[in-house]
Amino acid sequence: MLNPSFRFTLTLLSLACFAWIPPVFAGDDLPDVTVTTAQGSLRLSELRGQVVYVDFWASWCVPCRKSFPWMNQLQQQYSKQGLKIVAINLDKDPQLAKQFLADFPANFTVAYDPEGLSATQFKVQAMPTSYVIDRQGKLQATHLGFREKDTAAMEAEIKALVSK
Amino acid sequence: MQSKVLFRVVVPFLIMMVTACSLQPVQPWERDILAQKKMQLDPYPIDAALDEHTYFSKEASRGGAGVGGGGCGCN
Repeated sequence: MLNPSFRFTLTLLSLACFAWIPPVFAGDDLPDVTVTTAQGSLRLSELRGQVVYVDFWASWCVPCRKSFPWMNQLQQQYSKQGLKIVAINLDKDPQLAKQFLADFPANFTVAYDPEGLSATQFKVQAMPTSYVIDRQGKLQATHLGFREKDTAAMEAEIKALVSK
Repeated sequence: MQSKVLFRVVVPFLIMMVTACSLQPVQPWERDILAQKKMQLDPYPIDAALDEHTYFSKEASRGGAGVGGGGCGCN
């Protein structure tokens, strides 16, 4: 009925629906995002030379209630060694973020991106997501979600990076 | 014969693959909007529950009322 080469093409096309390439950043491809903090605008590339921990969070994100105290402790412990935590809030209404911060204060940099542009550039798949970036600006690790049992491993990772 | 299949099957299929039925999927950080009360399928849950009670009492069978306005309508 249909000639073999046409059938073959159709089969290939129908298999195309299974082609999903997970977002992976090769070493240099990290998006250089600009976000707004209370102190003004911040570009990711400005932070080169420091170990950067970028965390995407929102007021409705339940694990963030646990991650914020942990990040506070981390920032306090390693800030002298050059760790900079940047927590980018993705709430459409920044007022909700402020309410969250009233309950769970942060001693690290908090940035606001209500349009979600930086999250789109980072191809965020889950809330929260954190990215560990080394002093040369290369992505070292991506963590989807936040679990307390992983904190020891994450802290060891950061400790290794700040000691370089 | 070939071009008939091409235009009536393959091209619409390709168009559907590319547009994926919804031009902009919900991003992970936008899911809180879907969780809001005003975004629920059924705007009057208490009324719906009472109607459901009336129907299963009169019909002597239950079910089929779960899907508000969406779904395939197969029940």
